[in-house]
Amino acid sequence: MNTLPMNSPAPARPVPTAFAAALGRVKRRLPRTVLLVAAICLVIALILTAIDGRGFAVKLIYSLSVGAACNTIVFAAMLLSGWSTDLLYRTRGLPLPDQRNAGWLGVLPGALGAALFGPPLGLSLADWITGFTSPSMLNLNSTSTRLTLLFSVLATLVTIFVLQAQERLAQARAQAEAAQRQAAENQLRLLQSQLEPHMLFNTLANLRVLIGMDPARAQAMLDRLIAFLRATLSASRTPQHPLATEFERVADYLALMDIRMGPRLQSRLELPAELGQLAVPSLLLQPLVENAIKHGLEPKVQGGRVEVSARRDADMLVLSVRDTGIGLAAAAAAADHGGSHFGLAQARERLATLFGGRAMLSLAEASDSEGGVLVTLRLPIEPTSPTTAA
Amino acid sequence: MNAPRCLIAEDEPLLAAGLQADLAALWPELVVAAQVGDGASAVAQALALQPEICFLDIRMPGLTGLEAAQELAEDWPEGTPFPLLVFVTAYDQYALAAFDAQAVDYLVKPVDRARLQACVSRLQNRLQTRLQTRPADRSAPPAGTAPKSDDTLAQTMNQLRALLSAAAPTAAQPPPLLDVVQAQVGNLVHLVPVAEVIYFEAADKYVRVITAEREHLIRMSLRELLPQLDPQRFWQIHRGTVVQARCITTARREESGKVTLALARRSEKLTASRLYAHLFKGM
Repeated sequence: MNTLPMNSPAPARPVPTAFAAALGRVKRRLPRTVLLVAAICLVIALILTAIDGRGFAVKLIYSLSVGAACNTIVFAAMLLSGWSTDLLYRTRGLPLPDQRNAGWLGVLPGALGAALFGPPLGLSLADWITGFTSPSMLNLNSTSTRLTLLFSVLATLVTIFVLQAQERLAQARAQAEAAQRQAAENQLRLLQSQLEPHMLFNTLANLRVLIGMDPARAQAMLDRLIAFLRATLSASRTPQHPLATEFERVADYLALMDIRMGPRLQSRLELPAELGQLAVPSLLLQPLVENAIKHGLEPKVQGGRVEVSARRDADMLVLSVRDTGIGLAAAAAAADHGGSHFGLAQARERLATLFGGRAMLSLAEASDSEGGVLVTLRLPIEPTSPTTAA
Repeated sequence: MNAPRCLIAEDEPLLAAGLQADLAALWPELVVAAQVGDGASAVAQALALQPEICFLDIRMPGLTGLEAAQELAEDWPEGTPFPLLVFVTAYDQYALAAFDAQAVDYLVKPVDRARLQACVSRLQNRLQTRLQTRPADRSAPPAGTAPKSDDTLAQTMNQLRALLSAAAPTAAQPPPLLDVVQAQVGNLVHLVPVAEVIYFEAADKYVRVITAEREHLIRMSLRELLPQLDPQRFWQIHRGTVVQARCITTARREESGKVTLALARRSEKLTASRLYAHLFKGM
C-alpha cells in the first residue's frame, strides 16, 4: 500500500556511555595493535642488534615489553577518558553527547603517559622476565637508555597514528557508501513514484480495451505511454531540460489520463513561447500534475479541471499547477487510500538542493469559488541559463 | 430461470466498456443491469435493481469498492439473496489474493480472458447452487425466519471484515488519541470530555456527539475521527455509529442478523449492523 516507505538507513545505534564506546574501540583495536606492536618491536630489536651486534632475543623481549607497556597505558588512558567523560556529564546532569569520538580524548595524554612511564614499566617487566638489570631510566647519559626512550616514544606514536588513520579511513569509506546508498534509494523512490503500479496497470488495462475497439487510438496511447516511460527512466540521467520539453511530458501524462478518465478530466496547458527554452529540472512539474489528479480529481465524482501554466515575474519563473478537485482537507482525510504526498516532498527536496533558498514551492487551497488546490513554484531565472540545452 | 443480471461499477469508461464486452462474449445471457462510475451510485443502483452479481472497482471516486460493499451489506433488504461480489483492482494493494474466492472473487486489471472465464464459471456455479438450495428454503417454515441460504452474505461479511481491517492501518503514524472533543457553536467552543461521550453518529459531513445530557456537532467526518478514538473503549457498530462500549447495557440479536443496543442514560436504541454484530456475543 504505502509504496514509499521513508526507509532511511537506521542511524548508528547510540552507545549508552562514553566508557562503553571507549571499551568498544579498545576491543576493536586490540588485535591490530598487537600485530602492529609486534612488528614494530621486531624492527626495533633488529635495529638495536645491528647497532651493537649482540643478543637479539633479549632485545626483542625488552622491545616487546616496552611496546606492550606503552600501548597498555594508551588504552588505559582511553578508557579513563571515557569513564571521566561519563562522570562529568552525569554529575552535571547533562544528556550524553555523541559518543563516536569517545576515547580519543584519552589518546594524547595516553601518548604522553606512555612515553614517560612506558619505558621504565616495560624495562622492569623485561628485567623480571630475563633476570637482567637495566640501567635506571633516570640515567639519561646511557646510550641504550636514550635509544630505548626514543624508540618507545616513536613506536607508540606510530602505532597510534596508523590505527587512527585506519579508523578514519574506514569511517570515511562507510560514509561514502551510505551516501551512495542514499542516492540510489532516492532514485529508486523517484522511479517507484513515477511507475506507480496502479497508474501503470490501469493504463495498460485501458490500452488492452482500446486495441480491440479503436486500434488507431490505441497506437496513439501507446506512443504517449512510451514517451512517458522514456522520460521517467531518463530523468535521473538528464537533470535539466527546456521548459517546453517538461510541458510535453506533462501533456503525455495528461493524454494518458484523459483516455482513462474520459469526460471527468479537462486540462489546459499554458506556456508562453518565450519561456519555452528556459532550463528547468526534469520531471519537476509532472509529479505535481499527477498529485493534482490523484488526490484532487480522481476522488471527485464529477471530476474537474487541471491547469498548468508558466509565466515570468521579473527574474523569476513562476509555474503553477491548479486543479478543481476535492481540496486539501478532503484529500488529507482520504490520504489513507492514496498513499503519501511524496511528489510534493520530493519536488521541495529537489528545489532545495538545486537552488538553495532561492526557489520556493507553495501549496494552498485555490482562492476562487471552484475550489481545489493551487501549487506554485518560483524558480530563479539564471541570466546564463543554458537555453540551448536539450 | 431469469437471465442473471449484474452491475458494473468502474470509474474509467473504457474499462467499463471493455469488461462489458468481455462478459458479453463469455457469458451472453448475463444482462448488465446498470453501469456506474462511482461508489455511491453503485450502492444506490444495486439496492434498487438487486442484481445477482456486482463487479466493484476498488478505487472509485466517492466511496471505494470496499466501502460500497460495506454499505450494501449493511443495507441489503431481508429475504433477497445478497449479490455475489467481484472486486476489480489494478494493483494487488489489499492482498486480495490471500482471500479464498468464495462469496467474494477478485480480478486484477488488465483482466485477461482466461481469468475472467474462471471468474464467470465460478459465478455460474454459485448461482446454480443457490437455485438448487432455494426451493428447500421456500418449503421451510415461512415468515420471519430469514432464508438460511444467505451464507453468501455471511461469507461476504467475514471477508469484508478482514479486508477492511487489512486496509485500515495504513496511516504512517496513528494520530494521538483524543481526550476532549471541541464542538464550536458560533463564537463558543464546547469542550466535551471523550469519556462522557455515549456515542458518535455520522451526519453528512458532520459528526453528532451525544452525551447523557445533550448533543453537539463537530465538523469532521467519522472516518477522520475514528483513528483518534481508543478502539478498546469506542466500538464501531455501524458505518455511521461509534459507541462507547461501557455505555451499552444490553444487546439484543434480531432475526435479521442485526443487533439492537440499549444504552445507559439514553432512551434511544442503536442498531449494530450485520458487519459488526459479531462484536456482541456472550462470554
